[in-house]
Order: sequence, then structure tokens, then C-alpha cells
Amino acid sequence: MSATLINLSYLTASALFVFCLKGLSHPRTAVRGNLLGALGMLLAVAVTLLDRQIVSFEVIFAGILFGSAVGAAFAVKVPMTAMPQMVALFNGFGGGASVLVAGASFLETIAAGFPPPARFLVAVSATGIIGAVTFFGSLVAFGKLQGLVTEKAVVFRGQQAVNAAIGLVCVVLGGWLVTTPWDPASYLALAGVASVLGVLLVIPIGGADMPVVIALLNSYSGLAGAATGFVLDNNVLIIAGSLVGASGIILTRIMCKAMNRSLGNVLFGIGGTVGTGPAPGEEIYEGKVKSASPEEVAMLFDTARRAVIVPGYGMAVSQAQHAVRDLANLLESRECEVEFAIHPVAGRMPGHMNVLLAEANIPYDKLKEMDEANSGFAQTDIALVIGANDVVNPMARTDPDSPIAGMPILDVDMARTVVVIKRSLSPGFAGIPNPLFAADNTVMLFGDGKKAILELIAALKEF
Amino acid sequence: MEGLIASLTIFVLAIFVGFEVITKVPPTLHTPLMSGSNAISGITLVGALLSAGHQHTLLTTIFGFVAVVFATINVVGGFLVTHRMLGMFRKKEDR
Repeated sequence: MSATLINLSYLTASALFVFCLKGLSHPRTAVRGNLLGALGMLLAVAVTLLDRQIVSFEVIFAGILFGSAVGAAFAVKVPMTAMPQMVALFNGFGGGASVLVAGASFLETIAAGFPPPARFLVAVSATGIIGAVTFFGSLVAFGKLQGLVTEKAVVFRGQQAVNAAIGLVCVVLGGWLVTTPWDPASYLALAGVASVLGVLLVIPIGGADMPVVIALLNSYSGLAGAATGFVLDNNVLIIAGSLVGASGIILTRIMCKAMNRSLGNVLFGIGGTVGTGPAPGEEIYEGKVKSASPEEVAMLFDTARRAVIVPGYGMAVSQAQHAVRDLANLLESRECEVEFAIHPVAGRMPGHMNVLLAEANIPYDKLKEMDEANSGFAQTDIALVIGANDVVNPMARTDPDSPIAGMPILDVDMARTVVVIKRSLSPGFAGIPNPLFAADNTVMLFGDGKKAILELIAALKEF
Repeated sequence: MEGLIASLTIFVLAIFVGFEVITKVPPTLHTPLMSGSNAISGITLVGALLSAGHQHTLLTTIFGFVAVVFATINVVGGFLVTHRMLGMFRKKEDR
């Protein structure tokens, strides 16, 4: 197959990737969009296999078979609650592949003997750095989300200085690689130091900040692919990589905005307080928190005509989404209108709550975005908060000195009654108390999310 | 140098296309967008195939093999899980 035909096929594949992303922007066209993307990938892979330089297919097919089996097993088996860590892991694999491809290409070129052009070497350095940061950063993110390592922010004194120094070392090593393009050790050193950087960049990010880092690593994995495209002089890699890079950056921005924090602020762990011991200001709860039994809460629901359910990460942890669906159906059968209000950073990745509720078969048109939900709380009889904390903390509106001041929140306190299902009064990721729990119109239903909902359903059926 | 400029042009324009296309994605689809775009970033597979197939030295072949495995997991797993996830999103009347 001539180079022209191969490149035309790559162009077609690139166009299919654009259609894929376009399709993913609406629920009706999303399935088709995803299939178009897969088709584009199949086309790109198929024409690549026709490349004349490929001398043996055994290794390739062994790799493809093994990778497909592992990937398919993951995709079919993974529970929806574990989606954040799986996306993190897949991101990492993409970054890791880029490091290896650039490394192999570098080794081949120096073995060939003639000096490679500087642009090739710069691209190799860039791929090595971005790819290794993506790979190891993603592994740390995976470990945190899977609970293998602490989910808390790991911060130490001088962390930013250390990171900056290591980043500088990466750049220096990149310069060494470009100026001495015959020593394979330069690439290994570069990738090694960048790996350390990847780990250090992600450890200070914890808990509720995870959606930002997942989105950012998503962007990095795309940029690593684009950088590999510069190494190989291959346009389909450049185009596909930059599309993904752009998508990741947009999501990162949306997540930062939803927390009213700058990207730098999140990345360097500023404001991500590491609370040990009782949080300051807990005295606001004293004598004001009203705890209710499931029966008492059921009584509230008995007369409610409009309820809004506000899920948070706690719903994912206790796998309560199916119980929540049963509760919503039961309420609807009792002539109570039910909606869901989703905060953009609820959960551990962008759109986490939406996927869980979709899994529980809740139609997506019942899920309301923040602005729309906020305009409806004043006409709501009961706002039911399940495992959410900081995203419903009215201090974001009222206290300009609060660490979450200015963060857009769901105004559940505007509802006639607020029911909060939570295990204890412990603070959320921001490490601050929540005056909502002590408000006059709030009752607390203490307990595990799923268990509390099931008890509530049982009690409601008694009426 | 001209080749580099051409590549950079494509890079910058593709980023703009990405921004334009994706700004309109509703929050409901953020997770599928991530896993779907993640699968696309597995395009590195194309480079991995070349590395694994050239068989210059044992080391580059090993690099290529591992890269093929990584990228294939990324591609196959990414598209499949996105498909599975999207199958769960339905409107009221579809039930």
C-alpha cells in the first residue's frame, strides 16, 4: 500500500475521531459516536499493519491478543462504582505505551548510526517526560481511588521546591539527550526522573480533588500521544492526541471552576487541608443537631409532593444507587415528584454520580445540573442529601473566610426540609464543619447510606 | 524545519477543533467522554505496532511488545467500557 493511501486512511481515522467526540456530546448520539471512534482506531491499526517496514507479526499479534483479553475483561467486569480508578489506570497505560514507543524509536535511530535531527530528539524528550509523568501519576491516582494507598493528601514541607527541582532536572536531562544523541542512558535517566515527578505530583492531591487530577491525567495521556506523533512524524497520532489533550483540559477547567479553585491551587495541594482530630468550629453543632429515626423521616416524606435527592461520594461508597432508585420509584408511586441534583464535582471523577444513577436505571432527564436544581429548591418539600457534605455547605455563600468561600454549591438549605443521610458529623474533604447539619429545617438520619435508605423504604411502605 | 512547522500547525489546529467540539458536552456524559477520549489516546498503538514489528534489536522489540499490550488494553478496554456505560443511559420513555 502506498504511503499516500496510508496517510489518507489516517486522515479518515482522524475525522472519525472528531465525529466520535462530537457524538459523545449528546446522549442520543453518544453510542454511535463511540462506535465511530472504535472504527477509526480499527482503520488506523489495519493500515499500519500494511507498513512495509514490519518484518514480523508474531510479536504484534501476541501483544494485541493479550492486551485485548485484559482490556475486555476489565471493561466487562468493572463495577460502575470503580469507574474512576479504571479510567485512571487506562490513562496510565496510554502514557506508558508512549514512553516505550518513543524509547524504542530513539534506540532504533541511534543504532542506525547517523545523527537524528534535533526536532526528533526534542520530541523524544517531551514524550519521555509527559508519558512517564502520566504513567506513574495515573498509577498513584489508581492506588488512591482503589484504596491501596492513603486517599489523603500527602504533603510535606518544601514539596513545591522539590517538585520544581525535579522538573528542572527533567528539562536538563532532556537537554542532555538532545545534545548527546548516541547515549541510550540519557533516555532511561530522563524517563526515570520523570516517573518520580509523576508520583510526587499526584500524592498531594487527595479525596474530593480527585476529579481534577483524573481529568488532568486524561489530558496528559492525550498530549503524550501527540508528542509520540512528533517522534514518529505521524499525523494521526498528533491529531488524536491533541483532541484528547483538549478534552481533558476542558474537563479540568470545569472541575476547577466547580470548586472555585485555580488549577495551580489544586495541583500543589494548597487548600486541601489534611484534617486530623476534631475540625475547628465544631461547637456550632452543640444542641442544635436533630437526629431522626427512619420512621420519623418516612413521616416527613408521607406528605411531600416534591423531593430532590442530592447524591455525593458517600452514595458510591455504600453502593446505595439501586436502593436510591427504589426509593425514588416508591415516592413517585405516591405522587411525589422526584428529581436528582448533581454537583459537578460530586464523586471522584467528572460525571461519576450520573453514571451510577444511570446504572441504577434512573433516566438521565431526571438528573438536574447545579443551576437548574438551585432554581427549584425553594419549591421543594424535602431535599434528601446522601453522602454529600462540602458541596451543600452554605458557608461557601455566607462566610468569605471559609476555605470553600465562593465555591458554587447546591442550595439545599432553601428547601422546606432537609434530610441528611450521613454516618457521622465528621467534616468533608475541606475539613470544615457544615452549618447545614445544625440548621432549623434539617434533620439528620445517621447511618450507612444504603442501609438508611432501605430502612426508610421499609418505613415508608408502612404508611 | 518545514516538516516541523506542518506538524505544529496540525497540532495547534487539532487542539482548537477539540476545544470547539467538546465544550458542548453535558455533565451527564463527562465520564463516558473521559473513557471514550481515553480510548482514542490509545492511538499510540499505531506507533507501538511499528516498534514491535521492525525488530531492530531485542530491546526495541520488548519495548514494542509491552507498548502494544499497554495501548491495546487502553483502546479495547476504553471503547468497550464506554459502550457498556452508554448502554445504561436512557430517557424516561425508553424504559
